[in-house]
Amino acid sequence: MKDYSQNQAPLLEALEKMKMRRIVPFDVPGHKRGRGNPELTEFLGEKCLSVDVNSMKMLDNLCHPVSVIRDAEKLAADAFGVPQAFFMTGGTTSAVQAMVLTACKRGEKIILPRNVHRSVINAMILCGAVPVYVNPEMDKRLGISLGMRVSAVAQAIKENPDAKAIFVNNPTYYGICSNVRAIAELAHEHGMLLLADEAHGTHFYFHDQLPEAAMRAGADMAALSMHKSGGSLTQSSLLLLGPRVSEGYVRQIINLTQSTSSSYLLLVSLDISRRNLALHGKETFDKVIGLVEYARNEINAIGDYYAYSRELVNGDSIFDFDVTKLSIFTRSIGLAGIEVYDLLRDEYDIQAELGDIANLLAYVSVGDRPKDMERLVAALSEIRRNYSKDRSGMLEAEYINPQVICGPQQAFYAPKVSLPLAATVGRVCSEFVMCYPPGIPILAPGEQITTEILEYIRYAKEKGCSMTGPEDMEIERLNVMEGTL
Amino acid sequence: MELWFTEQHTKNVRFSMKVDRQLYSAQSEFQRIDIFDSLEFGRVLTLDGYVMLTEKDEFIYHEMIVHVPMCAHPDARKILVIGGGDGGTVRELVRYAAVERIDLVEIDEQVVAACKEYLPQTAGKLNDPRVHAFYEDGLKFIRHQENEYDLILVDSTDPFGPGEGLFTREFYGNCFRALKADGIMVNQHESPFYKEDAYAMQRAHKRIVESFPLARVYQAHIPTYPSGHWLFGFASKQYHPVHNVDFSRWEKLGLRTQYYNTKLHAAAFALPTYVEEMLRDVE
Repeated sequence: MKDYSQNQAPLLEALEKMKMRRIVPFDVPGHKRGRGNPELTEFLGEKCLSVDVNSMKMLDNLCHPVSVIRDAEKLAADAFGVPQAFFMTGGTTSAVQAMVLTACKRGEKIILPRNVHRSVINAMILCGAVPVYVNPEMDKRLGISLGMRVSAVAQAIKENPDAKAIFVNNPTYYGICSNVRAIAELAHEHGMLLLADEAHGTHFYFHDQLPEAAMRAGADMAALSMHKSGGSLTQSSLLLLGPRVSEGYVRQIINLTQSTSSSYLLLVSLDISRRNLALHGKETFDKVIGLVEYARNEINAIGDYYAYSRELVNGDSIFDFDVTKLSIFTRSIGLAGIEVYDLLRDEYDIQAELGDIANLLAYVSVGDRPKDMERLVAALSEIRRNYSKDRSGMLEAEYINPQVICGPQQAFYAPKVSLPLAATVGRVCSEFVMCYPPGIPILAPGEQITTEILEYIRYAKEKGCSMTGPEDMEIERLNVMEGTL
Repeated sequence: MELWFTEQHTKNVRFSMKVDRQLYSAQSEFQRIDIFDSLEFGRVLTLDGYVMLTEKDEFIYHEMIVHVPMCAHPDARKILVIGGGDGGTVRELVRYAAVERIDLVEIDEQVVAACKEYLPQTAGKLNDPRVHAFYEDGLKFIRHQENEYDLILVDSTDPFGPGEGLFTREFYGNCFRALKADGIMVNQHESPFYKEDAYAMQRAHKRIVESFPLARVYQAHIPTYPSGHWLFGFASKQYHPVHNVDFSRWEKLGLRTQYYNTKLHAAAFALPTYVEEMLRDVE
């Protein structure tokens, strides 16, 4: 590798050089720098189409990087302080998948909290790994699941000493962190890998007032949504590796499912964003923290709403809290988070990140301006004035301990029947049901269906949550495994 | 030498005036501020390249934003002006002896400072003892007011740039809350003519209709604004803008005006058919 500094962006520079050489393209893509698709070029811009190119010698190849992509990945690894980083163009889903597929083979166990993203369980359908769920503590008032207690992880290890890996969210969608350092130590003592879903934690690597980044706390692999707090294009992510994992093997795993024509728009956005984080990360997140702290105080001053923060920290299931997350408890105004989310969009032209049955999450980043924060606060204040309701009859979310009957892969591919929701009680579900976002399954393949779960699904549907997963898009019916238990 | 100022009224339409000399140019925290002398319109204030006022025709805008609600409200004493850093609206308001307090909330202190120096015609009354200036975001200021004002005048820039938040439902809702039980809000309501202005105009009307029991629109003819045809919104908790208005009360005040008069007041609410239809579409 050439001697690079964080001021540089090797992939950006290579693309600029390629443009200057005015190469005549007799390769794909067929739009040929946009000329073959004027409507698309008009919409996206000539600059954008001119770098939507294929791998070529001067631009390296993501499947087998030897020059500028390798250099850009090395710079990313240095910026995040790890031995190796992979640029991912299939979203953080592909990075999560690569972690699970690297750590586990068919029938092998992975210890994880139930509030993981669907991509984790999807990966288990692909490779046949078996989940061992640790009950993430639940905050009963807020109705959100928290982190894993260290003692609960230790217990799971004791009961499953043959597990290959432990999986943590760092943080959850709502900003809650587990004690990753202690869990990493436990994992390593027992010869297990620690895998971290850091889809919502890219910024942890660049600011000392934020929770500890997983790789610094000892994780062996971490999946980061650079396109969230890192500022890159949607679908571009990073997979970080520590010294316990073989870089070559991970690349083979990634290449099982990764496109052989990865988008250079996504790749260069990772390169540029990495440079920006390395050079300006601290001041960027100073600004974000300031905006969120301001909004949190103003929202709490409106009354009834609760925009929570570090005061929740309890040293274990809430080991730390990401203060850049603007999570707001709304049930106290008699509205589900999803109802406030819908009102913000329909009545106030404000698009929030997610609403669940009790909370609203507004995603704040470097792209936000103080006046946008004023709009959000003002709209929340107006929603309380105009729409607040009596709180009775609102469902309190409780942790529903999943009854895992078999592994996700076995259930997903097993002979199955489709039944109306009400007739599924006691049967084993062979598909997912979730609200998206956040994309945390209510039911995963292999889990037994209970009246409690059906009640939750009914309530979430009634409140307007966007439900996904089942083959039946209306979620009137569910696929269950043939035969009763 | 030929020096011309050009404003793009739409992507395909330009409005130009010959400039004698530029007096002031600065980039504030919020916008670019320019002041120059033009041969036809006298001194001109532009923000981000858009004409805010000219000495020659500002009287139309300022008289219409102030005297219509001041005539319709029988007893307006406490008034909030949001935006209006050039001082023209305040200048018209301080002519009323009954007005006790005017709160001026302007996000950009630099606009006020520049106008005080270069535009005494509009800014000359900003030092009236009844005027209290607050340099902050209007949306933030209003959020903390409840049942405070008889009148709110939203003298804003366009719905993009710093004035964006002043065209939102949350802002109008907060204004409703900040007004007394018989309060009136009047706002700069864009133009019905060019497509983009018309879209902003319709959206603003829709948001006001959702927030106030009574929402009407009135018009004025302002030569230096795009198309020259400009609208104001009149939103009220109780008073109708024309019915039962005691016009003689206003006439007895003996205020001399150049554009506004009580006959025009009533007539300004009669709108062209195409404008009525655009408004009806969103009601």
